Amino acid sequence: MFNKRKFTIVWMAVMLTMFAAGCKKKAAPPPPPPPPERPAEVVKPPVAAAPVVSQFAAEPESIQRGQTSTLRWEVTGDSTSVSINQGVGVVQKTGNQRVNPSDSTTYTLTATGPGGDTTASATVSVSAPPPPPPPPPPPTATVTLDKRLESDVQDAYFDYDKSEIRSDSRDALTKDVAALKNILGDFPNATIVVEGHCDERGSAEYNLGLGDRRASAAKEFLQQLGVPPDRLKTISYGKERPQCSEQNESCWQRNRRAHFAPGQ
Amino acid sequence: MKKLVWFASASLGAWLVLTAQDFGITVSKNREKPKIGIPDFRGAAEAQGFMGAFNQTLWDDVNGAGLFDMVAKTSYPTFAPQQPSDFQASASSAQPARGGGRSMTDWSSPPPQLDYLAFGYTAAQNGVFVLSGWFYDVRPTVSNHQVIGKRYLGTVDEAGARKTAHEFAADIIAALGGKSIFGSHVYFVSKRTGNKEIWAMDPDGKNQRQITHFNSTTVQPAVSPDGSKIAFTSWAKVYPGIFIFSVDPVRDLRYYNQSASVNETPSFTPDGKQIVYASSAGGRCCRIFIAGLDGKGLRPISSSSAIEVEPKINPKTGSEIVFVSGRSGPQQIYKMNMDGADVERLTPGNGEASNPCWHPDGQFIAFAWTQGYATGNFNIFTMDVVSHKYIQLTHSEGRNENPSWAPDGVHLVFMSNRSGRKQIWSMLADGNQPQQLTTQGENESPAWGK
Repeated sequence: MFNKRKFTIVWMAVMLTMFAAGCKKKAAPPPPPPPPERPAEVVKPPVAAAPVVSQFAAEPESIQRGQTSTLRWEVTGDSTSVSINQGVGVVQKTGNQRVNPSDSTTYTLTATGPGGDTTASATVSVSAPPPPPPPPPPPTATVTLDKRLESDVQDAYFDYDKSEIRSDSRDALTKDVAALKNILGDFPNATIVVEGHCDERGSAEYNLGLGDRRASAAKEFLQQLGVPPDRLKTISYGKERPQCSEQNESCWQRNRRAHFAPGQ
Repeated sequence: MKKLVWFASASLGAWLVLTAQDFGITVSKNREKPKIGIPDFRGAAEAQGFMGAFNQTLWDDVNGAGLFDMVAKTSYPTFAPQQPSDFQASASSAQPARGGGRSMTDWSSPPPQLDYLAFGYTAAQNGVFVLSGWFYDVRPTVSNHQVIGKRYLGTVDEAGARKTAHEFAADIIAALGGKSIFGSHVYFVSKRTGNKEIWAMDPDGKNQRQITHFNSTTVQPAVSPDGSKIAFTSWAKVYPGIFIFSVDPVRDLRYYNQSASVNETPSFTPDGKQIVYASSAGGRCCRIFIAGLDGKGLRPISSSSAIEVEPKINPKTGSEIVFVSGRSGPQQIYKMNMDGADVERLTPGNGEASNPCWHPDGQFIAFAWTQGYATGNFNIFTMDVVSHKYIQLTHSEGRNENPSWAPDGVHLVFMSNRSGRKQIWSMLADGNQPQQLTTQGENESPAWGK
């Protein structure tokens, strides 16, 4: 038992030493044999030949403005650098590059080597594109009146049992003035209905009157800011056409409004 | 017993204005309501197939009158007489079949302990449904027991069976000083087709039929005093405007609306020759106007700058109008003379009050009020327009609105959403015996007419 433990400790110590040694440096491989001596006879190097551009072309050679062409090149022989002008810059000996010149451009490839420079050129001809298709008609011609009212004109909201224009509704209606004038200009034969709505709580009969007052108040406000009154009608729906039916203040507020809709 | 509706006097303490519960329109004068028994009638031959509908109708009508203590059928003797000769004279028989039902005392003594017994039979004879009906005062102290003994005729089908039951029930109710509501009509708004239209039905909810077909929004029916016309409000011609129709046959009488963004809440004058309504004409919505049935001769009555709607003229005096106004803030019920003078607020100013409807006696109104509840949670109240004392008939069982008196002054119809959806209900003037009359779609704004 004791001997076995002692052996284990010794063995571990050896291993630890080896491991620690390994941490310092890799076990050094045997040094390579020294390189053979260069032959004493000096061979005169051959005269370097200039690099050869075996390919440089644009594909396609003719494009329309906005389209792209691909430059392909291959340089053989002894070269130290290859570059293409017109902003392409230094490139590999073999490669391709997409270009989209706005006008006809001649690209020059220069391969430089100990034997001298070699250049080659490729031209991309750029022609004007065909005339663009006619622009889509202005939105007013296709967007319907109710879509315009829905997207451009905000509702005005009211307090419970009130038809006074409160401050947030003043802001909304003030913004609505320009939109309404634009829409009335785009739809010269249309009238716009200012609808008055109420929440569900008061009696239906009273709310029909209250909705009328809300619609009238909104119309009068718009009229004062220059919206032609003869193009605005008012109609009360009381609480007959709610846009939500939940029994909470958030829904009730959504229903206490003046809303804009196409005239009949 | 002859006078059904009377108003118990109440001391006029200031507290009673708020807590008055000891005043009201009482349905029956009797402290003890008469005890009535109606055993199931049997039918001969073809008639038997319709006896389920017959017995149900007879029971419901008599029970619905609110005048009687209906004794349950389970306490009746096993034998039910079908004609007077089925009774054995208790004096002539040495051993009357006590408890069997052949003796009148079997009915007048416990367990049924009746005051009155209805009995009879039906038969299909020569293509006619014939009801032979008797109504007996079975109390031993009475010498002449027979109150009613009569034959009623109908078609041999369920409708004919119901008709004879309605007529027999009406005679029973009348014999004890009441007035049957059978034959009167309830107009109401139903959205069951997808659009709000005017519909009509019998007072028990049967025979529901569509009156208007505008495919618009059509609301607020009112019935003329003779029951021949209805007025209502519709968006059928873009702006909310008034229409007047005859009901039999249904025909547009072409009321001419004055030019206004709102013409609404029409109701007939007691003579049926004009309507009063609310209009935004000549100003803001709305003032109270009066006009002929063709829309001509209109003139404003009220001149307030507030919203004023729902004018109703006192059917007895014809000289005063109750209406709803926001002139003091939240909508309240007011009264004024026909010339717009002597304006008086009837409701105390708290909550919101609406939908006033005159009792036929011209002393009471029923109305909807949120007093004591959250905004929008209306309950039905009645009020003495002279003393301003009121009682509450519904107690927050959903939203309860648009009460309308039956011609008998004992029943009311109203809208309630207590069952989850807006439906038409009836009840007695003391708030008892609520009964749901409609189930299809949403239904509201009932008006009870002749």
